[in-house]
Amino acid sequence: MTVITILLLVFFVCASTGGEIALTYGMKSAGEPARLRPKALLIFLGRAIRNGWFWMAIPLMALSFYALLVLLSWQPISFVIPASALSYVVGTLGAKYILKEDVNAARWAGVCLVCAGVLLVTIG
Amino acid sequence: MASEKRLRIKTLIMVLAMVVCANVGDLMLKRGMTQIGAVAISASALKHAFWLTVTNPTIWIGIVFLIGFMASYMTVLSWADYSYVMPAGAFGYAILTLLAVVFLHETVSPRRWIGVVLICVGVLLVGQTKPNTTTAAEMQKVTA
Repeated sequence: MTVITILLLVFFVCASTGGEIALTYGMKSAGEPARLRPKALLIFLGRAIRNGWFWMAIPLMALSFYALLVLLSWQPISFVIPASALSYVVGTLGAKYILKEDVNAARWAGVCLVCAGVLLVTIG
Repeated sequence: MASEKRLRIKTLIMVLAMVVCANVGDLMLKRGMTQIGAVAISASALKHAFWLTVTNPTIWIGIVFLIGFMASYMTVLSWADYSYVMPAGAFGYAILTLLAVVFLHETVSPRRWIGVVLICVGVLLVGQTKPNTTTAAEMQKVTA
């Protein structure tokens, strides 16, 4: 694993987490679909993509997506996808402090286990 | 209580849709990128790689599945916590590891398997917490 792989991984984590936090803002303000039927879902998605936060999320996610494509061409998938899960801690911190979600002890414990699992998978 | 149960069921359905679409999509991308080969970091090599990527059918199948993932992800985020959906989505690691072993013939060490088990236990812990701890009204306040 080279320095440039690590740098690309860090870039991937920051871009995807930032994008997902912006996306969550957007979806919460768009409001949930009336029911889980194709028509209601399409109406919801139509409303969602007219939201400004969605258009802030997409460029960040597109950048992280391209970083992922490059990473996948360098490393095996069972390394790349688990290693990218470093974003679980970054994302949980963002959910707690930016989105003001109630991250209780059980949820933190779960995230820590996921992280420990990710470390084991990464050094595999 | 009935609405709490309904909330859990619809969240579970959307998370499962996310996991299936994301894993099949990633697997197709890996297949496609393997066909293309390792990408070097230079302007011309990246341009060439981009062209090969957008003309590769396997990559496009992957993209269709990732759009399905995006739609289900957006839908579930409209009612559930990000800090709930994100770890719950990690349930796909077990499936992904199996797919990598069965279809890509990658070898997975015992240590990696233990990691996968820890991830699954963590996901179950997160899964039993309340899926939604914010309201749309609160979120509007935060956003404003």
